[in-house]
Amino acid sequence: MTDGPLKIGDVELGSRLIVGTGKYKDLDQTRSALEASGSSMVTVAVRRLDLEAKGGDSLIGYLKDKGYTLLPNTAGCYNVDDAVRTCRLARELGMSGLVKVEVLGDDKTLFPDVVQTLEAARILVDEGFTVLPYTTDDPITAKKLEDIGCAAVMPLAAPIGSGLGIRNPYNIEIIREAISVPVIVDAGVGTASDAAEAMELGCDGVLMNTAIAGADEPVRMARAMKLAVEAGREAYLAGRIPRRLYATASSPLQGVIGSRQ
Amino acid sequence: MTPAMRVEVNGEAQEIPDGATVADLLAHLGVSDGPVAVERNAIIVPRAQHGSTELAEGDSLEVVQFVGGG
Repeated sequence: MTDGPLKIGDVELGSRLIVGTGKYKDLDQTRSALEASGSSMVTVAVRRLDLEAKGGDSLIGYLKDKGYTLLPNTAGCYNVDDAVRTCRLARELGMSGLVKVEVLGDDKTLFPDVVQTLEAARILVDEGFTVLPYTTDDPITAKKLEDIGCAAVMPLAAPIGSGLGIRNPYNIEIIREAISVPVIVDAGVGTASDAAEAMELGCDGVLMNTAIAGADEPVRMARAMKLAVEAGREAYLAGRIPRRLYATASSPLQGVIGSRQ
Repeated sequence: MTPAMRVEVNGEAQEIPDGATVADLLAHLGVSDGPVAVERNAIIVPRAQHGSTELAEGDSLEVVQFVGGG
């Protein structure tokens, strides 16, 4: 089975790992971690210009110069109007219609409000945006998001920043089987094995920020995540053996010396 | 002295000259050529219209940019 690049809408990505650009110690660390991750698409947020600190954010200039595809998010939005406004501003800023739509329902869990997420996605798809919604691991909602016209569906593994890993792998597998647009596990990854698991389940990509930025050595973790996503993808394509309760010998059973008595 | 009008920018009150445009406001803020997007009373003002869009007393403006985020 050959593997092509991940295609989301009209965008082709060289890497199946998408990373956030928040929470790093400084610009140098951000750059090094992004480079080590091998990612070609990174998320950014839309925020009010600080009227005291003049000039643009130097990180954004760097990302543009390096040719990263920017995926603006609607982080911090708790209703449809704010999410839609943020996406419109992002399009004005970036001249691209690619957006990660997240409408949060609660500031303790940061779980998505799926009713408002669906509504925001519907409006944005109608306005021509390429919509990548952050959603729960509910297969029914994922299917609805696909039906609306979202370019990908991004179910959470666990709450944002929790590092709990994939709490419901069976749902992720059902989502993968139920829909045909790319499935990207977004949020909740803690370490490399979580990212590999997402890919082994058949997901098309993984999006993370805290797992890398919050590690003791973010640059090393970025590299670990790159390898994990690649390894998980290869394992998925290779087709794993079925799980069996009992052993099956790996060496020939004939010609064994001695006796079993 | 040019008569001034009051507008709100990113939640803060600002005084700008009567008849000022969005472009004038950005120049006043020192971000004329910065990578910013502007919303006036919750409606985007496209970059091409910054120079021709005059502000009015009491306008509420959002001036935003991309920042690092997850």
